[in-house]
Amino acid sequence: MKLTHGSSPHIRTTQTAAHLMGPVLLALLPALAVGVWQLGFTALWVTLCCTAAAVAAQWLCSGGRSGADGSAAVTGLLLAMTLPPTLPLWLAAAGGAFAVVAGKQLWGGLGRNVFNPALTARAAMLLCFPRAMTDYHTADAVTSATPLHQMALHDLPHEGVLELFLGLCHGSVGEISTLALLLGGVYLVWRRVISWRIPVSYLATVAVLTLVLFRSDDPLRWMLSQLCSGGLVLGAVYMATDYTTSPVTPRGRLLYGVGCGALTVLFRYTGIFPEGVTYAILLMNGLTWAIDRATPPRRFGVKKGASG
Amino acid sequence: MKHTFFGGVHPSGGKELSLAADIRPVEPRRVAIPLLQHIGAACRCVVSVGDSVSLGDVIGVPTGLGAAIHASVSGTVRTIEERPHVGGTLVESVVIENDFCGHTRLLPPLADRSGETVMQRIAEAGIVGMGGAAFPTAVKVQGAVGKADTLIANGCECEPYLTADDVLLTTAPRQVLRGLELLRRAIGPKRAVLAVEDNKKTAIEGLRPCMADFPDIELCILPTRYPQGSEKQLIRAVTGREAAAGELPVSVGCAVFNVSTCAAICAAVEEGRPLTQRIVTVSGEAVARPGNYRVPLGTSFRDLLEAAGGLQVTAHRVVSGGPMMGLSQTDLSVAVVKATNAVTCLTQQQSGTGDRCIRCGRCVAACPMYLQPLYLYRFDDRPRELRRLHLTDCIECGCCSYICPARLPLTERFRAAKRRMKEAGA
Repeated sequence: MKLTHGSSPHIRTTQTAAHLMGPVLLALLPALAVGVWQLGFTALWVTLCCTAAAVAAQWLCSGGRSGADGSAAVTGLLLAMTLPPTLPLWLAAAGGAFAVVAGKQLWGGLGRNVFNPALTARAAMLLCFPRAMTDYHTADAVTSATPLHQMALHDLPHEGVLELFLGLCHGSVGEISTLALLLGGVYLVWRRVISWRIPVSYLATVAVLTLVLFRSDDPLRWMLSQLCSGGLVLGAVYMATDYTTSPVTPRGRLLYGVGCGALTVLFRYTGIFPEGVTYAILLMNGLTWAIDRATPPRRFGVKKGASG
Repeated sequence: MKHTFFGGVHPSGGKELSLAADIRPVEPRRVAIPLLQHIGAACRCVVSVGDSVSLGDVIGVPTGLGAAIHASVSGTVRTIEERPHVGGTLVESVVIENDFCGHTRLLPPLADRSGETVMQRIAEAGIVGMGGAAFPTAVKVQGAVGKADTLIANGCECEPYLTADDVLLTTAPRQVLRGLELLRRAIGPKRAVLAVEDNKKTAIEGLRPCMADFPDIELCILPTRYPQGSEKQLIRAVTGREAAAGELPVSVGCAVFNVSTCAAICAAVEEGRPLTQRIVTVSGEAVARPGNYRVPLGTSFRDLLEAAGGLQVTAHRVVSGGPMMGLSQTDLSVAVVKATNAVTCLTQQQSGTGDRCIRCGRCVAACPMYLQPLYLYRFDDRPRELRRLHLTDCIECGCCSYICPARLPLTERFRAAKRRMKEAGA
């Protein structure tokens, strides 16, 4: 028996970083299941290749020591969810590895990167392989436009709002079912893995802007279709809430969500791609530190507005 | 209107370990009573080696800010020497050999209970804040007269493992309430509150029927959350007011006294009993018989732990106080003092500090002082940044370190940085 000295507190929570990644993986499963069911098994192969490559890259980068904290699996899975279901498997694997190596490890590892690793990889893949990344032909080789493609042409999608909400449409592996993604989000907020502030302010901003700046004769349906299509909900709930790349202050998180929402609408309306979520979040990632600095919490015992 | 405080954490209890048992007396063969058991200057010793003393005899008188110190057993003064103190320093202590005769010298019970005489009695009885701060109570009362409109008795006991106040409220609720009533009459506030966290079910059940006899005191049940018992957070939870860093509670019209302090005031006034003993929780996974003990001041941790069945072989850390804010001790010859509410004995935890910040923001959500611990940690070598982030507002409650999933030594770093800044400023 040897008594030791130590600084208080002498007890710690048993929750470590690895405990926070498990719920994220769990929350993504329903949306992935809908994707596989709706888009076929190619979606599953793309997901497995991308995630496995990410975990393997993490394992290699750390000299075989880690990869077990789950963050690489989350990065790989998140990237896979944004990919077209018929993407060549080698490209999915390369993307997963790139996300971990260039998105995270080259910055110094978990907690050091400025930009969301999954979105970094997605952005790079969009630039290098624009055709493959926007090719949404179905398994039986019939090319069909995604709802977002249709809206980029100022048309309401063929699918009704309910179909979009449930995921009975065409799109990326894990982005199609808004319902499943939202259920996972509610679960994460309930488990206190993420805060409600970023997803709510993000989605609310997009809702308001698309309702006001509607581009069809049915503003409400236009707004709901915008909310339920593309990577918006996946981005708002799972990507923009990435710990390392988003602000930590309560007001900062609201501001960041509003910024993501406004940029998403701007890019969707004016960009060369139909989707705007990737670049909106990446841009706001770059402002994270500045936002935190600009939105310090009120000081204890000092009234609002008073200096101190 | 309902208030609360921001942040905080829910460290899982450990309270059940020590709660079931009654209060067991401890009778050590000798006590070593430190002449400094309060904030302020050490007392001047007024006994000499060889003197025989009764329980309750004055052995130290204050020299400036302080409170009188009394013999906690009857017997003979063996030595007067510097000994290790729970605070980590050496403090002159009076060692008394217990003759187990139990000769006791009490003060006369107070008939006149006006504010002035009660205040004088509190000083004579050597009462200090027993929740941990050890500020001389008489001085605090004096400062609150006419300035505090809210008087709060702090029965939150939000630290894990601790049940000393809980057991006191269960076994002697009226003593606490009578002590609070004495304070209320001395200070004259508009509102007097007994604040208890809602995890103390038995104590609350016992208190409810008593409240009818104390119409001017309200019982305030607060939802359990650490650090509710911290003065600033408790004032926020009861009144909605915030005393800024460096400001005393009285600056927002409040005066806060621990429930043990209230009970000690009651005993001093009604029975003339000076503060010579206290209830101490001995708990944790590393002690054989966790429970609450009635301990004469000056009893060594070693004797107290022996009375509690001794340490287990798995013992890794012995803490004076609770696990969130207590001080670790490796020399068990240190003595129980007026502010020692617990001795917590912990086993080895999963490997401690490590890793790097993942920016999860849990520390920001947990900090009850609205600080941003992750940035304080990152900039801990840049005084200008630390000032901008209000490092000195940190109350060292430990919430950030407790909640950090990366197990960063946040509180430890802040304590060191504060010390450096103070030295640089001085």
